[in-house]
Amino acid sequence: MKKKVLSLLLTAAMAMGIMAGCGSATSGGDTKSSSKSASSDEAKSDDGGSGSLTIGFSQVGAESDWRTANTESMKSTFSTDNGYTLIFDDAQQKQENQITAIRNFIQQDVDYIVLAPVTESGWDTVLQEAKDAGIPVIIVDRMVKVSDDSLFTAWVGSDFKAEGNKACEWLKQYADAKGIKQSDINIVDIQGTIGASAQIGRTEGLNEAVKANGWNLVAQQTGEFTQAKGQEVMESILKQNDNINVVYCENDNEAFGAIDALEAAGKKVGGDIANGEVMVMSFDSTNAGLTDVKDGKITLDTECNPLHGPRVEEIIKKLEAGEDVDHLQYVDEAMFANDDTVKSVEATNSNNEKTTYDVTVVTDDVISGRAY
Amino acid sequence: MKKLKLSKTGFLLLITIVMFAVMYIAGMIIFNDKGFAKPQMFLNLFISNAGLIVIACGLTIVMITGGIDISVGSVTALVCMSAADVMENKGMSAGFALCLSLIIGLAFGIVQGYLVTYLKIQPFIITLAGMFFGRGLTAVISTEMISIKNKTFLAWANEKMYMPFGYTNRHGVLIHAYIYPTVVIALVVVVLIQIMLKFTKFGRALYALGGNEQSAVMMGLNVKSTKMKAYVLDGFLAGLGGFLFCLNSCAGFVEQAKGLEMDAISAAVIGGTLLSGGVGTVVGTLFGVLIKGTIQSLITTQGTLSSWWVRIVLSIMLCFFIVLQAIIGGAGLRNKAKEKVKGLAKATT
Repeated sequence: MKKKVLSLLLTAAMAMGIMAGCGSATSGGDTKSSSKSASSDEAKSDDGGSGSLTIGFSQVGAESDWRTANTESMKSTFSTDNGYTLIFDDAQQKQENQITAIRNFIQQDVDYIVLAPVTESGWDTVLQEAKDAGIPVIIVDRMVKVSDDSLFTAWVGSDFKAEGNKACEWLKQYADAKGIKQSDINIVDIQGTIGASAQIGRTEGLNEAVKANGWNLVAQQTGEFTQAKGQEVMESILKQNDNINVVYCENDNEAFGAIDALEAAGKKVGGDIANGEVMVMSFDSTNAGLTDVKDGKITLDTECNPLHGPRVEEIIKKLEAGEDVDHLQYVDEAMFANDDTVKSVEATNSNNEKTTYDVTVVTDDVISGRAY
Repeated sequence: MKKLKLSKTGFLLLITIVMFAVMYIAGMIIFNDKGFAKPQMFLNLFISNAGLIVIACGLTIVMITGGIDISVGSVTALVCMSAADVMENKGMSAGFALCLSLIIGLAFGIVQGYLVTYLKIQPFIITLAGMFFGRGLTAVISTEMISIKNKTFLAWANEKMYMPFGYTNRHGVLIHAYIYPTVVIALVVVVLIQIMLKFTKFGRALYALGGNEQSAVMMGLNVKSTKMKAYVLDGFLAGLGGFLFCLNSCAGFVEQAKGLEMDAISAAVIGGTLLSGGVGTVVGTLFGVLIKGTIQSLITTQGTLSSWWVRIVLSIMLCFFIVLQAIIGGAGLRNKAKEKVKGLAKATT
């Protein structure tokens, strides 16, 4: 009997010990954050209250280099040195985690919520809560589908349609410059994951160009944005068709797979279509992608810019100054080519505006400047 | 003597509650400037986890019988997807979607319960199959995300029930704390199941069965029917919980609720349910869910720690509770289960 009581007491003591451990761990974290908030308070008083904004950022996860670059861009833009307090939450690919995080941001009374949504839908309830609390929400990267567009203040992301248009316009001019007839272009489209907004925009751009320029679209199949699937699809297409001279890959990983498949089939990969080479076009412009551009394996790589931080900051500064902001904002995206056959292209974006885009020739400097 | 033994289950529960209280109060003190002390922050624990609470209650029931159900996450995804699909693509009403959700849950419960009970297959394997089946079927319905725009459904999802208290935010707006109907449903489920476990013959039979199946059979309990009922009830609660989950996310998606079954199991264990069966309360499970929510909340509020720390802290908690159960549980708790069997035998004679 006594022993039992004693053991109970012991466990209770143990429980307390562990909890105390937890408590001190969290309080350890806190001293950091409280000292931070103290310093940001100072910053506030220093520049008369215009500094120190608290930003809650809910990120999808860390699934790709692109995503990591996106996170880093936010973290470096909204750093303490720049007068911000960033509360960062990694949702681990789960929408429910993001909903919880946004609710948490609302309770913390952050000044702005930045959301890179895992999914396009399911945000009505929680965004309404943010709106009720008077906190502006800025969406980055993927778009959200909500019943009422006023639930978010602005969206920042890539114009996938313009990316497709740009790449196709480049191909058209390239063919003209090289004296290749448009009708001689036999193009294969290795699509991204069907339904992803990047796939939809890039495929749309190509389909329109095929119609307008009279290219032959030999095959159109999904490579699911992966290298393995890209290779598999390319292999099977090569078995059925021998006349391919352009491969339009909807991201860099697919392009790597397609290049492997082409080389394994004895094709020469490059921009010299007239002499039997197969041209590979790609999107994203990751470090590895640009390396292939420099080596001539990929002839054109259209950028998908993950550096959203500065653009979001611009929006926040405008909102702080009481100015109106555009509801949809596209980030600037460059084009990278192996040579300077085409120096610039003019293409329409999703707002139906014609813009001129310069084509950058890839050098070692360009590659070393690319972190992701 | 009896009083002391009884307090052992109570003791596990008490530890869970105290742990939750200590964590939460510590959070309130430490993160007071970040709004952790606001009443809404507390209510958000329930709002975000309403579905999980109900699902974990169902899981607690099968765990008390000594079983397990790891299909609940997939059932949730299937329920969300089916509900979204019938409302958005088939033009059905929200009421129909709710019924369908419950039927899906029941169907899983009946099939899995039958296989476990009458064919004596390991529940882990059966529900593993159920987990794959549910996720697969979800993908067959649609691999794309379906957003729910049904007006009745959204009205249910967005119906705020305001509390008489609240706080004034920086913009000078008094914001009443609120909950959604999902929270009320979840709490009602917890109360009902707790009453059922404690005061009904079926409830006591569940403990007896989990404590020692052999003696339960010898006491003349209808073990098979009890076990079957446990799985059916678990399936039903998974369906209901899935629907509550759907009310929170307002969408159907293949990747939804991945790993939810593990969250539910850990909540039950932290709440004092023994994996070997015979011991557990749904009130404990409720606090288990709240502890998980609090850890998540603390780490999000802290703002610089990686959110993977939630898992790490949770794993430490799990270990702690299992060790705790082993120390104070052991023979004592099993004795208690045996006693229950005896008590039941007395009651039936």
